[in-house]
Amino acid sequence: MRLYELSFHEIEEFFYRLAEVRDVLKGDGYLSFLPELRTDLSPIQGTTYVKHAFPIFQKGGVVMDVTNVEQAGIAEEAGAVSVMVLDKLPYDVRKAGGVARMADPKVIEEVMNSITIPVMAKVRIGHYYEAKVLEALGVDMIDESEVLTPADEEHHINKWEFKVPFVNGARNLGEALRRISEGGSMIRTKGEPGTGNVSEAVKHMKIVNSEIRAVKFMSEEDRVKKAREMQVPYQLLELTAKLNRLPVVNFAAGGIATPADAALMMWLGSDGIFVGSGIFKSQDPLERAKAIVLATSCWEDPEVVLEAQKMISEHKSMMGMDIRTLKPEELMQVRGV
Amino acid sequence: MKVGVLAYQGSFEEHYLMMKRVLQERGGGEVIQVKRAKDLDVDAIIIPGGESTTIGMIASRLGLLEPLKEKITQGLPVMGTCAGAIMLSKDVVDAKVGKKNQPLIGSMNSSVVRNYYGRQRESFEATVDLSEIDGEKERFVFIRAPAITKVWGKARALATLNDVIVMAQEGGMLATTFHPELSGTTKVHSYFVEIAKK
Repeated sequence: MRLYELSFHEIEEFFYRLAEVRDVLKGDGYLSFLPELRTDLSPIQGTTYVKHAFPIFQKGGVVMDVTNVEQAGIAEEAGAVSVMVLDKLPYDVRKAGGVARMADPKVIEEVMNSITIPVMAKVRIGHYYEAKVLEALGVDMIDESEVLTPADEEHHINKWEFKVPFVNGARNLGEALRRISEGGSMIRTKGEPGTGNVSEAVKHMKIVNSEIRAVKFMSEEDRVKKAREMQVPYQLLELTAKLNRLPVVNFAAGGIATPADAALMMWLGSDGIFVGSGIFKSQDPLERAKAIVLATSCWEDPEVVLEAQKMISEHKSMMGMDIRTLKPEELMQVRGV
Repeated sequence: MKVGVLAYQGSFEEHYLMMKRVLQERGGGEVIQVKRAKDLDVDAIIIPGGESTTIGMIASRLGLLEPLKEKITQGLPVMGTCAGAIMLSKDVVDAKVGKKNQPLIGSMNSSVVRNYYGRQRESFEATVDLSEIDGEKERFVFIRAPAITKVWGKARALATLNDVIVMAQEGGMLATTFHPELSGTTKVHSYFVEIAKK
């Protein structure tokens, strides 16, 4: 259990200060790209507070990629905190090539009706309308994901406009803070999806950690310069330095295939785990899913991780691939910076 | 005083910080994480928000569920928020898919409906009147929240929102369907410490 200096509410207060700025700017007729101010005190849905709170309840858990109702049932039985519905698992997206788009809404709806845990789905980077469709469908969270073919090479979705929370991938602190300043409610490492190789996720998590450490000990003028380089609001960088972590929930994703992989990412500071191809591209999905769930919540206890690791067989793990064998154009992590 | 937080999944770090602050204000005490049966040497325990299915499954797999159940039945004070309130309740159904077979503690005389308000789209923040516990009106979030639809026996409602029970107590057991650990007030946590000390 990690102890932080600021409570969730104090972090949210920061975002509402930004909302106050927006209110003033909007009143003055300027464009604003900031959270909405809550105005009345009646029950209200879809506020920044509500969107940032959702991922808190995913912490310590495993979100599993599924492609149909049957897999979703297995994920729920294994103790997943959410499922992510997609048309093809990242491994198959990689194999199939072509344009990868959001999953069939009918399939997503079937999954939503069959399980009690939250349901997430992916949209293409910058595809405002796939996101609008999924929001209308009522998914619990949207992943604006590099696994799918980007719809906009230049921009991400303005996520402040939505009532549904978003999760975004990031390879470094700049990417993470840019996504948060666009209204993202949760960050995950990009890793290299569909490879069964955890090395890129490790790399990305370590980069974020070391950049946060560096920012924490920087002088104020260097921090201002850093914020300019990263193209993020200075205040957001300041908050991150004070907190000594990202101001929203931060998961690991991309290449996690075994309980030990999951425990490693937790040890590096992840709040939880996304498993894509690792489960349903293995020969022992149910046992493996259960084992990864166990290792994720009890990562501090090597005995439990050992027990989890014993539940699966390395012979049944997905084969995985060396990142160095991928051509530059085959890398998914470079999409949407 | 030693307060444990069931720390498998969910808002355990948020409870940790809030409880730590409350104990500091009150002149000391310790907050520890509970994951295995050997960690159960505590004076009170918090079951956080999260996914009740996940928390129940891990607790049962690691052999914590039965000893925890026993301790709570014997009077260990417990606060359950959201998923924790579900774990404590004797009667649980899901608003959409009905009864599911999930590991629970089932010690409190209450009926709970999971996902009562709907999905994340229907999640909301609202002002709850804490006057029953000598508090003010405070702002809380309800995330895919359950509802306490009925209490009986010694259990009683402490707060309602539009006629739905959002906070209930039975002896040393305190359940909320909202999240005091994400709020700007430590009132609910300090109330729990008070009833735990009795």
